[in-house]
Amino acid sequence: MKFLGLVWSNLKRKKLRTALTVLSILVAFLLFGFLCAIKEAFTAGVTLAGVDRLVVRHKVSLIQSLPASYEQRIAGMPGIAAVAGQSWFGGIYQDPKNFFASIPVDPEKFLDMFPEYSLPAEQKQAWLKTRNGAIVGKTTLDRFKWKIGDHVPLTSPIWGEPQGQSHWDFEIVGSFTGMKKGTDTTSLIFRYDYFDEAKTRNKGEIGWFTVRIQNPDQAAEIARKIDEEFANSPYETKAEPEGAFAAGFAQQIGDIGKIVIAVLSAVFFTILLVAGNTMAQAVRERTEEIGVLKAMGFTNELVLVLVLLESCVLAAVGGFAGLGLAWLATLGGSPAPAMLPIFYIPTRSLITGAGIVLALGVIAGALPAFTAMRLRIAEALRRNA
Amino acid sequence: MTNSNPSLVKIQGVSKAFRRGSEEIHVLDRLDLEVQQGEFLALMGPSGSGKSTLLNLIGGLDRAGTGSVEIGGERIDQLSDRALAAWRARHVGFVFQFYNLMAVLSAERNVELPLLLTHLSKKERMQHVEVALKVVGLAHRTHHFPRQLSGGEQQRVGIARAIVTDPTLLLCDEPTGDLDRKSGDEILGLLQTLNREQGKTIVMVTHDPHASARASRIVYLDKGQLSTQPPA
Repeated sequence: MKFLGLVWSNLKRKKLRTALTVLSILVAFLLFGFLCAIKEAFTAGVTLAGVDRLVVRHKVSLIQSLPASYEQRIAGMPGIAAVAGQSWFGGIYQDPKNFFASIPVDPEKFLDMFPEYSLPAEQKQAWLKTRNGAIVGKTTLDRFKWKIGDHVPLTSPIWGEPQGQSHWDFEIVGSFTGMKKGTDTTSLIFRYDYFDEAKTRNKGEIGWFTVRIQNPDQAAEIARKIDEEFANSPYETKAEPEGAFAAGFAQQIGDIGKIVIAVLSAVFFTILLVAGNTMAQAVRERTEEIGVLKAMGFTNELVLVLVLLESCVLAAVGGFAGLGLAWLATLGGSPAPAMLPIFYIPTRSLITGAGIVLALGVIAGALPAFTAMRLRIAEALRRNA
Repeated sequence: MTNSNPSLVKIQGVSKAFRRGSEEIHVLDRLDLEVQQGEFLALMGPSGSGKSTLLNLIGGLDRAGTGSVEIGGERIDQLSDRALAAWRARHVGFVFQFYNLMAVLSAERNVELPLLLTHLSKKERMQHVEVALKVVGLAHRTHHFPRQLSGGEQQRVGIARAIVTDPTLLLCDEPTGDLDRKSGDEILGLLQTLNREQGKTIVMVTHDPHASARASRIVYLDKGQLSTQPPA
């Protein structure tokens, strides 16, 4: 600790250079934080997917729906614990930019299938009693400043409006939160019976089924059996683990993970060069001083540690500030809730970021530190003379 | 040699050569030197004669090609780099021609530097620093940075830094070489005081006969050999 003052003073030697380097590192880690949040937005479904849940959809695409009767047939198959149907409603509130996921479901089956959604018991009862009742995730409730009891008009470009009406009317009867961090709380969930009765086409059809199986180890086998059950029918199915389904959904945009890694690799390589150059210059300018320190009795190893410490402090100031700013910025929620309903930096990404900060400090300082360590005193002092 | 004190520095048969391209230059050639405890020795000689090289060998900053370097009864030429660094921290204080203070540190923090290698607490270190700066007459400029001090004052800080650990041996490489006559005289007076009143053994490299006159003994280095007479 007693050497930290010396390290800090050295960093203040060229204030502008240090500030610019810190700023570069800060921006890099700010970007890291945001990209991690974006990656999480696309992959949270995979992370949070239940290992005991399968998704059964139409074999051709998610756009094609399945007969509602499949629910009973799937439920009757061996190894199946529960089945819950869902459909994509694509509701819009007032303006197309006010988009969020809106899904018709059977309330009891849905809440049983997804225990990660927390809904107060009295609100659940109200939902069961209210045919056009809807529960809204807290994020969307807060976003539009809705409250329980409000009537929300939605339009659906996919399904059109109910016969003789200009919009779908939903009464908000409850608001759900997530039991796990990262749970999507942007959706509006409403009753399938209301939806099926009011829609003008594809009656008796459902978008996809979520299936809970009794033994996760049998997921692949059960998925195969479900697909076999409906093979050669007009509505063939594709059953897959929920995680794979979510990953496939995210893959429609691209491999977000690879994109993020590619961008960050380029950024960190550049930052490594910037920080490395700063440290190399700093050590080169201090050749005589390093010689004097060694003359006083500072060992080669101590000089190595001091330069590495300086490099790590430089990286830490910029890196942790960048990570901190990114974290603070994501606390405010998603900048684009329609596109990125889940937007936060996971703890594991913050830990990874902290690791990268330290690695950056060590790698950027390694060569200058090694040079300083090997510097011969007489030679260093002769340069001054 | 009139001093009856025991030898603090004992150099025997030391040679040192440098390579310049394909040429090997013998700077020191089987040189012997003894410096008594409490002595103030001036080491003179023309430029390039090897004065600083000899000083570096005495201070353990460089290693001889052959011969032995014994300081206070310890063969420092046989110490490892790490042990030599520890030995320097305990026994030697260096004063440089260009002061070599850290520009980013105040006077007191420059003086504190060698104490960072000790186990002293911050409070104890500051007490030592205060005493050292008082000895060199700069107790009132502790918070000033080198750029805010004159050359003479910077050299005083350099001397305070050299003595703050209370070393046995002070090695001064042209300590007045960058100063005007008045400031140089003050520095030489300070070194004399340290030698006479605190018993510091001083080896001072200088070009300046005026500076060497303050020493208790003068030796001349020329063509790799020491002599008590100036080279012709």
